[in-house]
Amino acid sequence: MKADNEVLLQVVNLEKHFPITSGFVFENQVGAVKAVDGISFEVLKGETLGLVGESGCGKSTLGRTILQLHRPTSGEVFFEGKNLVELKGKALRKVRRRAQMIFQDPYSSLNPRTTVYEIISEPLQIHNIATGKECVERVQDLLNKVGLNHRFVNRYPHEFSGGQRQRIAIARALALNPEFIVCDEPISALDVSIQAQIVNLLEELQDEFKLTFLFIAHDLSMVRHISSRVAVMYLGKMVELTDRDQLYTDPQHPYTKALLSAVPIHDPLVEEKRRRIILEGDVPSPAHPPKGCNFNTRCPLAERKCFEDEPLFRQVSPDIWCACHLV
Amino acid sequence: MLEVKELKTIFSTRDGDINAVNGVSFFLQPGEALGIVGESGSGKSVSMLSIMGLIPDPPGKIVGGEVLFQGRDILKMSPHDLREMRGNRIAMVFQEPLTSLNPVLTIGNQISESVLIHTGRDKRQAINRTVELLNMVGIPDAENRLNDYPHQFSGGMCQRVMIAMALSCDPQLLIADEPTTALDVTIQAQIVDLVTRLRKELGMAVIWITHDLGVVASCVDKVIVMYAGQIVESAPLKEFYANPSHPYSIGLLRSLPRLDSKIHQKLISIEGAPPNLIDLPDCCPFVPRCKNAVEKCKDNNPPLRKINSSHKISCWVDIPQNEKT
Repeated sequence: MKADNEVLLQVVNLEKHFPITSGFVFENQVGAVKAVDGISFEVLKGETLGLVGESGCGKSTLGRTILQLHRPTSGEVFFEGKNLVELKGKALRKVRRRAQMIFQDPYSSLNPRTTVYEIISEPLQIHNIATGKECVERVQDLLNKVGLNHRFVNRYPHEFSGGQRQRIAIARALALNPEFIVCDEPISALDVSIQAQIVNLLEELQDEFKLTFLFIAHDLSMVRHISSRVAVMYLGKMVELTDRDQLYTDPQHPYTKALLSAVPIHDPLVEEKRRRIILEGDVPSPAHPPKGCNFNTRCPLAERKCFEDEPLFRQVSPDIWCACHLV
Repeated sequence: MLEVKELKTIFSTRDGDINAVNGVSFFLQPGEALGIVGESGSGKSVSMLSIMGLIPDPPGKIVGGEVLFQGRDILKMSPHDLREMRGNRIAMVFQEPLTSLNPVLTIGNQISESVLIHTGRDKRQAINRTVELLNMVGIPDAENRLNDYPHQFSGGMCQRVMIAMALSCDPQLLIADEPTTALDVTIQAQIVDLVTRLRKELGMAVIWITHDLGVVASCVDKVIVMYAGQIVESAPLKEFYANPSHPYSIGLLRSLPRLDSKIHQKLISIEGAPPNLIDLPDCCPFVPRCKNAVEKCKDNNPPLRKINSSHKISCWVDIPQNEKT
């Protein structure tokens, strides 16, 4: 799947902290939710990087911070040679042509008062790419590309089912011919039989337009299906980043191991033989992460060192990055 | 223990009647675990609410069928008898733990309420029972958490509280309506594990409603697949996964990527979308999406028929084995 190893996007030590304030008139910052806490990685051209983790681990915030929908607290994001963190206004808007996003819930990401034509043509008009008849043709063309009838242009979002709405959202993201798309859980709001349709559509479009995806999801089997490399997040930090097959056959980090063993497989014969690692307890609050390794409250292997020092996210072999003292 | 015959539930709306449940029949033996699988709108939750007598009327109405629980028809019970049975002998756990708990009452209050109502213990005994229940579902430091409110608990803990509440009167049947859908996989594994353990310890029957064919594979004895308010397939667990026979079940199983598969192949999706439940035609509801449909499917809705001693499907066509996997 990888065409070459050219880096499209480089994230360096990215942090996004949301302040917790108290007081009504004179707000004081009393703490911070460390949603994204020092993450560095690269996305290669033409690949699909899967990003998995439980709810609240900061994966969506990471996706939004990369595209500067949230401004990061610190860190750098290099995309096609430019540092997005330093860009503003027009210059940033220009980059947005090349990097788009598909959101999780197609019921809330489409404006209910605008027609399909208005939704898909809006990016074309903002960026002065097409007007008039040309614009109409472009929209119809995009609808065909995502498998919707081009006569739907004057309908409103409520006339469509969830799967069809997600197709509209995909058409909108494709309107500007982007290079890179952040897919923020694009299938988790959809029914099982519709999920496969959307995943297949994304794969076809990737082949046709040579797209690069950052595919955020919590469904590990779907991520395995679509990704070439997979990153695992826990509590605002990246704990493992490896090749897809490597991750699923030989996970390194204890959290990845537990996460994979928790995913049910739809085959009772396999289920009978599997031994689950069941993690105790819940994810700690990102406002008060534990000292040392983030995972030490639930880790079955934690040693003294894990409660004292924070493990670095380091390259343990050419393809494997992992943040654990014991690997 | 539980026998449902030809259950039909409708909801009246301005646009017409929604046929949410269309003649559902199944039975359950004591201690058995049944999985009901289907997409949203397939009628799985509504049929369970009908069994519990929890359908709001209006707009909903049970228009036909019988629900026999230990020989008595639930649908004909008086409200007093229903209340006596609900919670006491049949209990239910709902999908969204955070919305099904009352946010302004403490956890202790909410659990001991059902103990007080159904078992006639006094307050002190009810509190002791509550602590015992919280320990049973694995909530650490139970005594000190009785006075906490639901917002102080995480999603997984709230679901444990819901389960504790459901178990408070030793029910013979626990209906779990997508109890893990709102939870993360690691928490889902905890809850599946908990319910399976409690089922064995307490010897109760469980109906597990879900849309996740993976969860079902790990925790039930038999599977029912629903589509458009009807049962399309019913089989023992292993038989179902080894030999799925309705085109919809086959399609569902094929559209799921497997965590342990060796090769990367394109997913085979089911085209189209589920039908509108307002004007269901007389034909098989799956016809517009079915690859194996023949002329007959467009004229008659197939009844549930046996293909071997324990395996039933509602389809006119016998699909050859080589098209199943």
